[in-house]
Amino acid sequence: MSHQSTYEPKTGIEKWLDSRLPIVRLGYDSFVDFPTPRNLNYWYTFGGILAVFLVIQILSGVVLAMHYVPHVDHAFDSVERIRRDINYGWLIQSMHANGASFFFVAVYLHMFRGLYYGSYKAPREVLWIIGVVIYLLMMAAAFMGYVLPWGQMSYWGATVITNLVGALPVVGEGIREWLWGDFAVGNATLNRFFSLHYLIPFLIAGLVILHIWALHVPGNNNPTGVEVKGKGDTLPFHPYYTVKDGFAIVVFLMIFAGFVFYLPSVLGHADNSIEANPLVTPAHIVPEWYFLPFYAILRAVTFDFGPISAKLGGVLAMFGAIGVLFALPWLDRSPVKSMRYRPIAKWCFLIFVIACLGLGWCGAENPDNMVFEFGGIGMPFVVLSQILTAYYFIYFLVILPVLGFVEKPKERPESIEASVLGSSPAAAPAE
Amino acid sequence: MKRFIATLAALAALATPALAAEGETHAPENHDWSWEGPFGTFDDRQLQRGLQVYQEVCASCHSMDLLSFRNLGQPGGPFEYLPDPEHEGELITFANPNDNPVVMEIASRYTYTEIDLETGEEMERQGIPADRFPNPYANDAQAAASNGGAAPPDFSVIVKARSGGADYIRSLLLGYDYEVPEDVTLLPGQHYNPYFPGGVLAMGPQLFDGAVPYADDTPQTAEQYAEDVVAFLAWASEPHMEQRKRMGLGVMIFLLIFAVLMWLAYRQVWANVKH
Ligand code: HEM
Repeated sequence: MSHQSTYEPKTGIEKWLDSRLPIVRLGYDSFVDFPTPRNLNYWYTFGGILAVFLVIQILSGVVLAMHYVPHVDHAFDSVERIRRDINYGWLIQSMHANGASFFFVAVYLHMFRGLYYGSYKAPREVLWIIGVVIYLLMMAAAFMGYVLPWGQMSYWGATVITNLVGALPVVGEGIREWLWGDFAVGNATLNRFFSLHYLIPFLIAGLVILHIWALHVPGNNNPTGVEVKGKGDTLPFHPYYTVKDGFAIVVFLMIFAGFVFYLPSVLGHADNSIEANPLVTPAHIVPEWYFLPFYAILRAVTFDFGPISAKLGGVLAMFGAIGVLFALPWLDRSPVKSMRYRPIAKWCFLIFVIACLGLGWCGAENPDNMVFEFGGIGMPFVVLSQILTAYYFIYFLVILPVLGFVEKPKERPESIEASVLGSSPAAAPAE
Repeated sequence: MKRFIATLAALAALATPALAAEGETHAPENHDWSWEGPFGTFDDRQLQRGLQVYQEVCASCHSMDLLSFRNLGQPGGPFEYLPDPEHEGELITFANPNDNPVVMEIASRYTYTEIDLETGEEMERQGIPADRFPNPYANDAQAAASNGGAAPPDFSVIVKARSGGADYIRSLLLGYDYEVPEDVTLLPGQHYNPYFPGGVLAMGPQLFDGAVPYADDTPQTAEQYAEDVVAFLAWASEPHMEQRKRMGLGVMIFLLIFAVLMWLAYRQVWANVKH
């Protein structure tokens, strides 16, 4: 909800600045007085947590870049030098490496929240789409960042992923060479990845500003999915949500610190402590955990589909899994936003979350390993990942469009205020 | 000099499918290490013995390129504290590990080749604490050629670089007493060890009871040598581990108090607001 500005410059300098560049007014209207639904739960704190982690990644990354050497002969040793010889380098390196993982934990919870409360629906389509672009850029940044320490997984991960592009018909090989800057992953690749890895976080920062702008025009959605109707529905952002977000941020930082200080390498892979060697292929090439679901989708396509080879099919499915998010605001036909009031969609959503976790599991396993086996009967992981991949797409392309017509939603509260005060019959169950 | 015929070469992939026999790979045996858990630390005496085992046994084939002698005297290292020569029973430490006499003595056992800036000729000089641990081979090709094609891996970060970490390396070092399964055929220079992925590796058993003379009365058994050298390698893989855990404790306490204060502030601010 764009609202009337209530900022009144008090000091002389504020008045002087306000008539030239009303930046203090912008900050006041956006983060102090901004009318925010009074019923936001903890799922709504992850946006603030993400902003904190973007800052942590940029600050720690800038310091790492002061010591990192983007050259195939020195990259691995320079990262070890940071851990061993640079003052507090072990801390900064661990924060940056684990910070990437926590950034993804937060973004996945943030996105699932949006899916559950229907935050992608009108009038927040642009907000959602900016989010998906941010997510794509985060993946690009994380992928290139993982290549920089030039360990075995860095090198082989980069080789596997860039080779995927080669599967595209006609242009594939040309694009792949263009990405590599060479005829294989090598020094030119490492250099450009470093350059882009440094650039992308600032693009993300710019998009985050647009994201918040696009948030502040319609205002926050909320767990009831009922739009703000009057003053009684909202509270000023400060102090109500500054303290609530602040508390959530500190708790999340505590879990993060637990990993940074006590489990600094459990999220990594032992093979990445071996320097890259183009002559030795690791037994299992696996990406970082946050890419595993997409890796499973990529490997789920094991059959040719008309003119589309299995490899190309896998690549298309993987990119399609993200691409479908762009179309989501128009795929979901239900006028009801929050799944609290959508008895069928709610269960389909729950299965969707389980399917995503299951895909992550499949991505970590060798496709030929067995999920279970009794007597002669069993199911290899590749079959499980095919089932889950099918569900992933059916959820977006069939279930959400069809449910819009066939599902009978439960009664919704008249307003946020009514739901909070319990004067509406449907307001009681808080989930 | 003991000669390894070849090496750990634990890069799983180096055991090419032809050599990787059907033999089942054993999960590493779980061992209790002094540095486990949020408060675990290294035992300095053990690190010193481990260094001795590394130098007398492993160093003839395995380099530790990322380590300098000075690391041995830095905070958390094996020689951070030395017995005070003037006051019996007390310890001294050196702000600059380059001044640590034990570190200086260890470095001085090695010679390094350098260019004499006056003449441009090569000259030999004694090692100093700033020098890196010497590499047993002149180059990678020589390391591979001397070991039947499989270059022994560098040990600087070996504990981080193997899944199973310290447990895996200890199990591997002590894991040669197994009967060779029938479906495994060993070529000359190969050894069976069920802890090694694939079961067949080029490094033979290295640790034998009594082979490394300890100065104190620590048992001189293969078991003890394995534990000590793995402790040393674990320290070398992450020399700042003790500092990391110490700081972690402070950070966790700080964040806990901060979280409680934020929670109280939250309760206070929202006290009279229905939500
Ligand atoms: C760097 C990454 C991101 C940052 C810093 C960020 C920041 C924020 C913030 C501060 C909010 C308002 C507070 C909240 O609702 O939690 C928000 C809301 C939202 N974000 Fe993000 N976001 C990021 C990524 C994403 C992504 C990847 C998506 C989706 C693909 C997304 C979708 C949304 C939506 C739909 C809302 C509105 C939710 C509602 O009002 O119900 N964001 N974001």
